[in-house]
Amino acid sequence: MARQTGPVSTTLGARDGGIAAVAVSDIARRFGRRWALRGVSLHVEPGTIAALVGHNGSGKTTLLRIIATTLRPTRGSGSVFGHDLVRDANRVRDLVAVLGHTPGLYGDLTARENLEFALRMSGRAPTRRDIDAALDRVGLAADANELVRTFSAGMQRRLALARVILRGARLILLDEPYAAFDADGIALVNGFLAEHKAAGGAAIVATHDPVRAAPVVDRFWAIDHGRVTPTEPALLLAAAAGRDPAAAFAATGAIVAGHADPKRAVL
Amino acid sequence: MSWRTELSRAAALAWKDLTAERRTKANFNSVVFLAGMILLLFGFAFGPDANALRAAAAGVLWLTVLFSGVLAFNRSYQLELDGGALEQLLLYPGSRKTIFLGKLAANLAFVLLVEAILVPLAAVLYDLPLAKPFPGLAGVLLLGTFGFVTLGTFYAAMASRVRAREVLLPLLLFPMLVPVVVASVEATSAILAGDPMGDAGAWLRLLVVFDAIFFTASLLAFEHVIDE
Repeated sequence: MARQTGPVSTTLGARDGGIAAVAVSDIARRFGRRWALRGVSLHVEPGTIAALVGHNGSGKTTLLRIIATTLRPTRGSGSVFGHDLVRDANRVRDLVAVLGHTPGLYGDLTARENLEFALRMSGRAPTRRDIDAALDRVGLAADANELVRTFSAGMQRRLALARVILRGARLILLDEPYAAFDADGIALVNGFLAEHKAAGGAAIVATHDPVRAAPVVDRFWAIDHGRVTPTEPALLLAAAAGRDPAAAFAATGAIVAGHADPKRAVL
Repeated sequence: MSWRTELSRAAALAWKDLTAERRTKANFNSVVFLAGMILLLFGFAFGPDANALRAAAAGVLWLTVLFSGVLAFNRSYQLELDGGALEQLLLYPGSRKTIFLGKLAANLAFVLLVEAILVPLAAVLYDLPLAKPFPGLAGVLLLGTFGFVTLGTFYAAMASRVRAREVLLPLLLFPMLVPVVVASVEATSAILAGDPMGDAGAWLRLLVVFDAIFFTASLLAFEHVIDE
């Protein structure tokens, strides 16, 4: 688990060249009469994995969709690696890959064809080597030529992850990435995130389950009723585990020597 | 992205839709069956009078294409809505116009394939001479179908995010199709009759104008209807 040595601030990670991977300011979004986001401001720096933790309907997915440019904010502004989310949306899409709630796959195509299609739609020529490597990475090499509609939910999530890996984007947005995954799948997601971070990429993980994200996440944010606040990981983990903080930390395997009191622990 | 890359993306989208259809044939079988039934029922409605059947053939043929084509357009976006693929499609970099072009190409290929079965069937049921007027008839079918599919692809995208899209699509589409249908039926009737008044060319030129207007307007407006 990454360590946070100072007080939680509104800036995640160390600034690198002054350009934030994600910078949003006072973002709000309304659906009809309901405000899904009510003025969110946050920065995520390159080389940082941030987690947005909140219950269903708290606004996690809406915020990710705005950052991914598939949804326009009602109010506020934002950028990805310096490119405006609204005015320069096409450039932003070139820099972002998303693992969504739903896999976004085509059941009547094979796993390989789905990845070839994704690469072609990204403006890249698919190579057999790249696709084989991505399928192998997610454990679907043997199922490359099977139709996706025969896959289990977990296999479809793995294939969607392979698509994210193949895109090679600088910013990864993951919406409930641990859903439908077994223990191996969770390790796969976290392994990929750790590599992505080491390569200088950034990611935002939206989840209602901070325990699973904890090993790779640098900073946690709580999102509730469309408002985001930086938060102490220990408290989040405790709340998620539904028991006392010590037990929550034990569940993550993340107790760090010298920080036996989880309320004082650093991540 | 360069225009070559955008064309390659459009081709990939069309290939994806056609491959999915080729594997399941769910849409093709139901559309061909529906079209055959419409032709047959209209034939029964007009009775055994060969002259009456021939006189009505052009109108019946185009109405059959219209009714069955609407099923194809709905299915085209249903593929994207299943499993959240539309959201993923909108996440790829590049122009939204490419999505329209890819969908248009796939729908055009699909409807033309249906017509390849439908027209000979209509010729048998309605006692139509096909050999001699074939080149002219092929021209009308291409131009009329292009206009119809262009509008269908556009309005299906508009209706795709609405819950009652199957009902909404014909309500939006059919009124807009009136000029294309009138020109196509008139041109088809003239060509099947041997073009005695020489007015088929005028209807074909009108179809070209309609096609150009509808294509340009749909291409330019597509981005605004596909984005949420």
